[in-house]
Amino acid sequence: MTEATASPGSTVLGRGLGRALPILTVLLAIIAIWYLAAIWMNATWVRDQAVRADTVLTTGDLIRQTLTLERPVLPAPHQVAAGLWEGIAGQKITSKRSLVWHGWVTLSATLAGFAIGTAAGVLLAVGIVHNRAMDQSVMPWAVASQTVPILAIAPMVIVVFASMGVTGLLPKAMIAAWLSFFPVLVGMVKGLRTPDAMQLDLMHSWNASRVQQFWRLRLPSSLPYLFASLKVAIAAALVGTIVGELPAGATSGLGARLLSGSYYGQTVQIWAALFAAAILAAVLVMLIGALERLTLRRMGLAR
Amino acid sequence: MSALPVIAVWIGAIGLNTWLSRFDSRATRLAVALIFGATILILWEMAVRIYAVPPVILPAPSQIGASFAANTAILWSDFVQTIVKGALTGWLIGAGAAIATAIAIDRSPFLQRGLLPIGNFVAALPIVGIAPILVMWFGFDWQSKAAVVVVMVFFPILVNMVAGLAATEPMQRDLMATWAAPYGASLWKLRLPAAMPFLFNGLKITTTLALIGAIVAEFFGSPTKGMGFRISTAVGRLDLPLVWAEILVAAIAGSLFYGIVALIEKKVTFWHPSQRPQRG
Amino acid sequence: MTVIQARDVSLTFQTADGPVHALKDVSLTIERGDFVSFIGPSGCGKTTFLRAIAALETPTAGKLEVADMTPDQARRQRAYGYVFQAPGLYPWRTIAGNISLPLEIMGFARADRLQRIARVLDLVDLAGFGGKYPWQLSGGMQQRASIARALAFDADILLMDEPFGALDEIVRDRLNEALLDLWKKTGKTIGFVTHSIPEAVYLSTKIVVMSPRPGRITRVIDSPLPRDRPLEIRDTPEFIALAQQVRDGLREGHSYD
Repeated sequence: MTEATASPGSTVLGRGLGRALPILTVLLAIIAIWYLAAIWMNATWVRDQAVRADTVLTTGDLIRQTLTLERPVLPAPHQVAAGLWEGIAGQKITSKRSLVWHGWVTLSATLAGFAIGTAAGVLLAVGIVHNRAMDQSVMPWAVASQTVPILAIAPMVIVVFASMGVTGLLPKAMIAAWLSFFPVLVGMVKGLRTPDAMQLDLMHSWNASRVQQFWRLRLPSSLPYLFASLKVAIAAALVGTIVGELPAGATSGLGARLLSGSYYGQTVQIWAALFAAAILAAVLVMLIGALERLTLRRMGLAR
Repeated sequence: MSALPVIAVWIGAIGLNTWLSRFDSRATRLAVALIFGATILILWEMAVRIYAVPPVILPAPSQIGASFAANTAILWSDFVQTIVKGALTGWLIGAGAAIATAIAIDRSPFLQRGLLPIGNFVAALPIVGIAPILVMWFGFDWQSKAAVVVVMVFFPILVNMVAGLAATEPMQRDLMATWAAPYGASLWKLRLPAAMPFLFNGLKITTTLALIGAIVAEFFGSPTKGMGFRISTAVGRLDLPLVWAEILVAAIAGSLFYGIVALIEKKVTFWHPSQRPQRG
Repeated sequence: MTVIQARDVSLTFQTADGPVHALKDVSLTIERGDFVSFIGPSGCGKTTFLRAIAALETPTAGKLEVADMTPDQARRQRAYGYVFQAPGLYPWRTIAGNISLPLEIMGFARADRLQRIARVLDLVDLAGFGGKYPWQLSGGMQQRASIARALAFDADILLMDEPFGALDEIVRDRLNEALLDLWKKTGKTIGFVTHSIPEAVYLSTKIVVMSPRPGRITRVIDSPLPRDRPLEIRDTPEFIALAQQVRDGLREGHSYD
């Protein structure tokens, strides 16, 4: 995408095609495998039905039926696409069956948590870089905490908050904030430390104050690291929110859609919710990527 | 008034750590970190007691410890069910599959260019979401948890391994060419060893993912044991100390799992600049 | 006996900014036992020519023969050892392990490998360092190890691409002496790329002066110096006159642009 805007003329098409062709091939292969798998996995049920109804199935019938079941073991790609389209465009946005509405519930909690987590991470990183006691106290634990499956306890957090009477956006946002906090903290500390001794000495030789040193040197050189961790953080925040929507009782959000689909065996609904979540994640990561390119290009850091 | 002792401990710890951090040696660094951890625990305990926080909201560390000691048998069987059977099996299968795939597509730049962006994309998706589907397919026992873990760890490891296999310098490859080395020799003697730091990076970041996958998948259905099962039922009975004991087990298991992989990495990639002993 | 023969060799790279003529109509004959230096400013094609001899690049026109074969056949016959500007040692192998690597690839037996490793380590004055890892040695020692690696399988030709370019002057002098000594002992044919005039004059029996845009040979100077060369030879009038000739050749090439 970057190159397309940067280089002129006919090479753009050629290079774009050169990059897209392998990806498209692999995607097509995946879809083909998916169809085969759908036929194979749904065939047992279709055959059972046929035996029960005492009808004889031709291969054509078998394939047609495996791809049109209402509750297939594995829905075919076009069924998922239909479910997704139905959920996005086929409902009023305020409807409880609209994926846009559920997506918005998830998105708002994700963004709120992401904002809180990022702000806290950046602030703490600034403190850590300037205070050695803070650095030595907090950093080992921050790094070690990355190995702890925090996400797994997200549903518990929701239940505990609910027992205190706090429901809705806030508990989920807390989980999202918690999950996006650590990547930002670790990445930002690393980024603020990138200026090497020579650059710092140079600042020192100009008699720059600590504040000047921060705004003119440390902060700009940390931005590439910050953006890299922001991408990780927003993905983590989204996953956190979705898992936070899993506990029984949740009725809104993409996670709740997943859960209710799994309760009632609505496989198409599960897959549609899953793809909605995937699209949301992709869009969020791409937005941060675009922001990153814009910022870095303005700073002259991009290629 | 009741906040005074809490504030006193806090300020005392800050003072102690500020003083200790001036020395900046290995021992004091460790001490500072441990003092910070201990301070948090003490403050937690004090806060719960002074303000009489109900255990339903936040149990004190001592209550969690007591619950841990009283339930070791349950915790152990949950650990075996979730971590050993679910997470570890899935992680090993997923890692094996990812490494095999990376080597299989190694000779096809076309497939790599196709798979890498997709792999990177998938690695950022909320893959835990497939848990309900896989629980439907593979049943309630550990097999479905292992399947979730396989899917979750596959792409991060694949992406790292492919990048690692491509990470040799042009000069190293030219050198192989001047010796007329066949493909097998340059793969086995140059590119696999050179890929190891990348591979271990992938293996390390997926240890946590494996635990998450195994535990979260249990929320969608499990036999009557397992850490995810225990957490959700204990929350239902408002037995929060047991929930926290399970969290403690998860934390220890996660750190151990990561630590063991990091230790193996140290042995295998002793030559990498990040692993070498620091020289003055 | 002629070991390397180039006739009207041209090599053109296609780049986004149009074709780049890295080599144009290069003709040269290298005899067995010659020490040939290639010297010239960057972009004159000296490295490209060496890489073409090693079959790491393919000429787009002309004829290039190495030991009466095409360069690629010569590569498959393992007719030459190649030394790059950087040592390029594997960090996960010891020095002995690194020297052993090409021998393993070429299928030498274990006993033979050990014998050869000991011999070349001795030759480059690194005996006793076989068990060390590359990152435990200095830059000069690493480069010596990489030369030992290129010598281990006893190819008749040694191709060296600015092997001492990244080292300081003092280490470079010592390695130059050691290289001359090694060349006398083994009688190999050596192709040597450098951008240092004293180094080229001190080492070579034949100095090839090249110039850029397009990359070509402007002058070939046969050295009148004897094969026995103590370091002090660099203060003799013959040496200084020869260096002057090389400098003139370089200047001549430059007047084109």
